[in-house]
Amino acid sequence: MINLIALCLILFGLFFFIAGSIGILRLPDIHSRLHALTKADNLGLGFLALGLILLSGDIFIAAKLLLAWLLVIASSAASAQLIAQRARRRERDVWKI
Amino acid sequence: MENIAWSAFDVLLIAATLSLAWASLTTEHLRRAVIFFIAFGLLLSLIWLRLKAPDVALAEAAIGAGLTGALLLAAVADHQKPINKKPDQKFSLADFVANTFLNLLFIAFAIVFGAAYTFALNEVNDSRLTDIVFQHLPGTGVTNPVTGVLLDFRAYDTMLELAVLLAAALGVMAIGKTRRDFVKPGDMERGLSQWLIPTLIILSLYLLWAGANAPGGAFQAAALLAAAGVVMRLTGYVDGGLPQGIWLRVLLVSGVGGFLLVSLIMMFAGRIYFDYPESWAGSLILLIESMATISIAATLVVAYLCGQPDTWFGGQQKENKHAD
Amino acid sequence: MNTFLSIALMVLIVSFVLGLIRIFLGPSTEDRMMAIQLTGTTAVAMLLLCSVLLNMPASIDVALVLAVLAAVAALALSRQQQTGTSQDD
Repeated sequence: MINLIALCLILFGLFFFIAGSIGILRLPDIHSRLHALTKADNLGLGFLALGLILLSGDIFIAAKLLLAWLLVIASSAASAQLIAQRARRRERDVWKI
Repeated sequence: MENIAWSAFDVLLIAATLSLAWASLTTEHLRRAVIFFIAFGLLLSLIWLRLKAPDVALAEAAIGAGLTGALLLAAVADHQKPINKKPDQKFSLADFVANTFLNLLFIAFAIVFGAAYTFALNEVNDSRLTDIVFQHLPGTGVTNPVTGVLLDFRAYDTMLELAVLLAAALGVMAIGKTRRDFVKPGDMERGLSQWLIPTLIILSLYLLWAGANAPGGAFQAAALLAAAGVVMRLTGYVDGGLPQGIWLRVLLVSGVGGFLLVSLIMMFAGRIYFDYPESWAGSLILLIESMATISIAATLVVAYLCGQPDTWFGGQQKENKHAD
Repeated sequence: MNTFLSIALMVLIVSFVLGLIRIFLGPSTEDRMMAIQLTGTTAVAMLLLCSVLLNMPASIDVALVLAVLAAVAALALSRQQQTGTSQDD
């Protein structure tokens, strides 16, 4: 039973990962691609980590998996902001004469 | 079905790695090349993990993906022209022949690399060296065989590696010119550094402690600590967390110094100089690893900061008229 | 279960290769930086899967290190001084 739930969670995670990657390829602009990156990919990782927590069976490994997901979320959020700021600066400079 | 999935995984992994390597070598825009190199480092650490070498995977992730990327970017930023091509270049036969030859060489290398990877995956059961290592491991006080080899069986080799790093740090301090300032840090960078630097320090201490019984060790921990120093430099602390004056020199020397101290004490106690007594072996290894971590981290941050440090007792160096 | 997990691993590396296309194409530096973030997150996912599949709990440590260093790399890429022209690449 647990295996079935874990399987469903991992399938959701994979779906969001593929959606994020396709979004990065097909969306027109850097700012919209950033949305695909941070929202879809981190959600996919979350579902994947939850599924693996159910499969792992050891409390310490489950805690480490959770920590990995939280670290990825925090660093993704900050990196997306930094990248967007850099893109903003570059776009502003193009108009500077 | 499972084997097909694994084979597809391996093929895609190797193809992606080789294409990133080729792209990073042949592109003319240096900043782009560094970005390809960072992704290449990510893939390489995955390859190491697939070949069942988690210690090397940790080291590659910490040093290759993060720290070397930052170092190379700083070097590219100092470069005057980040594009490595002359503007109007007529077609030249010598260039064309050389390019073709190098591309063919790369293809040959790719084939050899693929063959070596396949061979390493289905490894031959020739484990005589592994058996010898595991046979002697209980006497070293650690259960991670990599740490045992690095810090007990081949400790002399590791000490000389640390001496090489010290020489590199001295070289950087002797000729490096002061780096220009980075873009002013804003609120985002401050917020990021507030949780990133403590996380890096804690992870580094964890890897150092876990190196005795699980994959980890001094080099990986030092790379994470150096990353913390780089983050400090990038968010406005000009020294990168390093002390100045005499304490900087003490930090840089403490790796080789720790090794020498322990080995000389062994020698004066009547043993051969890297022969740890069994009951103390674990603690001695941890002591040497801690000093090595601090020293390697200091070396890496000095290499990133790259300027002439203050003299031994504070105060600026005299202007180096022969630089540039 | 193992079969399903290895198929999941293959799907993840396909997603990784799709991100690589953006690294090769992306017209500006920010596109490439963002693709590095994508590949980093995908690599973390692959490592977490490998920890269960290959029974190597050390993979989670590698995943932790990669997660944190992705932030460091993004910081380094975004903080460097703009040299020369403001045009990228």
